Amino acid sequence: MNRVAVIDYGMGNLHSVAKAVEHVGDGLQLSVTADEKTIMAADRIIFPGVGAMRDCMGEIRRLGIDDMLRRLVEDKPILGICVGMQALMEHSMENNGIDCIGLFAGNVKRFADDLQGANGDRLKVPHMGWNEVRQTKGHPMWQGIADNSRFYFVHSYFVTPANPDEVMGESSYPVPFACALAKRNVFAVQFHPEKSQTAGLQLYKNFLGWDGSC
Amino acid sequence: MALAKRIIPCLDCENGRVVKGVKFVDIRDAGDPVEVSKRYCDQGADEITFLDITASHEGRQTTIDTVHAIAGQVFIPLTVGGGIRTLQDIRDMLNAGADKVAINTSAVKNPDFVRQASERFGSQCIVVAIDAKKVSGKGEPDRWEIFTHGGRNPTGLDAVAWAQKMVDLGAGEILLTSMDRDGTKNGFDLALNRAISDAVTVPVIASGGVGNLQHLVDGITEGGADAVLAASIFHFGEYSIPEAKQYMHDQGIEVRI
Repeated sequence: MNRVAVIDYGMGNLHSVAKAVEHVGDGLQLSVTADEKTIMAADRIIFPGVGAMRDCMGEIRRLGIDDMLRRLVEDKPILGICVGMQALMEHSMENNGIDCIGLFAGNVKRFADDLQGANGDRLKVPHMGWNEVRQTKGHPMWQGIADNSRFYFVHSYFVTPANPDEVMGESSYPVPFACALAKRNVFAVQFHPEKSQTAGLQLYKNFLGWDGSC
Repeated sequence: MALAKRIIPCLDCENGRVVKGVKFVDIRDAGDPVEVSKRYCDQGADEITFLDITASHEGRQTTIDTVHAIAGQVFIPLTVGGGIRTLQDIRDMLNAGADKVAINTSAVKNPDFVRQASERFGSQCIVVAIDAKKVSGKGEPDRWEIFTHGGRNPTGLDAVAWAQKMVDLGAGEILLTSMDRDGTKNGFDLALNRAISDAVTVPVIASGGVGNLQHLVDGITEGGADAVLAASIFHFGEYSIPEAKQYMHDQGIEVRI
């Protein structure tokens, strides 16, 4: 039995994450939960997130999820998604500045409003849609996923990790930004694997089989 | 490499069936929404938009059940619109598996609803659908106004100013339909689309009037759209999603193939 806990801190819809994981997993016991016992007893943890960072961090702290993650990072695979990934950094510029969990050194900042594409067109914010992901480093989570596969993004903020060794994937809008990080048992992505069709489902499949090593 | 322009097949649904009206009147049956969504997803559609065209008048449970069924099989973004009036309606749709909701009439009735919705659920899931019709006469500068109820009711609101206001209140995306073109197969209203796209910071989906693949290209290159939405050209088998993507790719547009 593979026990998977999708951490639910009340910030948005975890239906699609749960559906996608169930779609690729056999013999799963999947819980969408904030319950500490269930989370600590799980074999692997998914940490999603949508919405504003101040509200997210408020609930993460209130429910003690930050402390749970700090303990879990030692021995269980953790997958951070979108705002979940951003919350793992030290600090976000969103909402006039919010301190985050700090599992990864580095910050979260906003895309500029005057971005231009190659043909001079203005690039819209949020960065919304399918963009290519360059696998800057090999990792078990990339298994069976072609380099430069497209994943679905929707975000206005992006991470700026302090340690380049922790960057596993990059995308460009129009300048390169880190969209996949890894450190010990944690793999974190800015895009939404649950909305990224084949490549995204493969990433969840890899996560269900990942032992947390690099 | 860059962000791909999106192709979004739209399912206009009535009583749990896909239909497509010509100028919102003549309705043809185009199948089961779950099967149709799955087929488009397998073909490489970038998102699915599901519009409940009778939602303003009828019960919601059929729609919620259908959205739930689609979301269990389709692992690309799903937008649901039609009859979204309260925060609870939004919650119901997100819980059923929608990723975004499209708000139209309710935004016109109460613009602050858009602010409440985006503050509660995040801008990323709030799409404001705008139905616009040209109201300027020959020789006058272009001007479009907002219409509601499937294009039946004029509001007197200027479309460009309205789009900007919606984004200021928290809309994360604009779904822009030309009521003059919808169902005509004469192509998007490119001037309308360009005016709105240039006026707002968020992505704009062009909708209304697609009759061939060049129309999709024009929507992006001339209309400045970030995504193109079409219904009948896909539903009735005139073109497939891969054909559309190949055509756009051949015209130099970045697409997900």
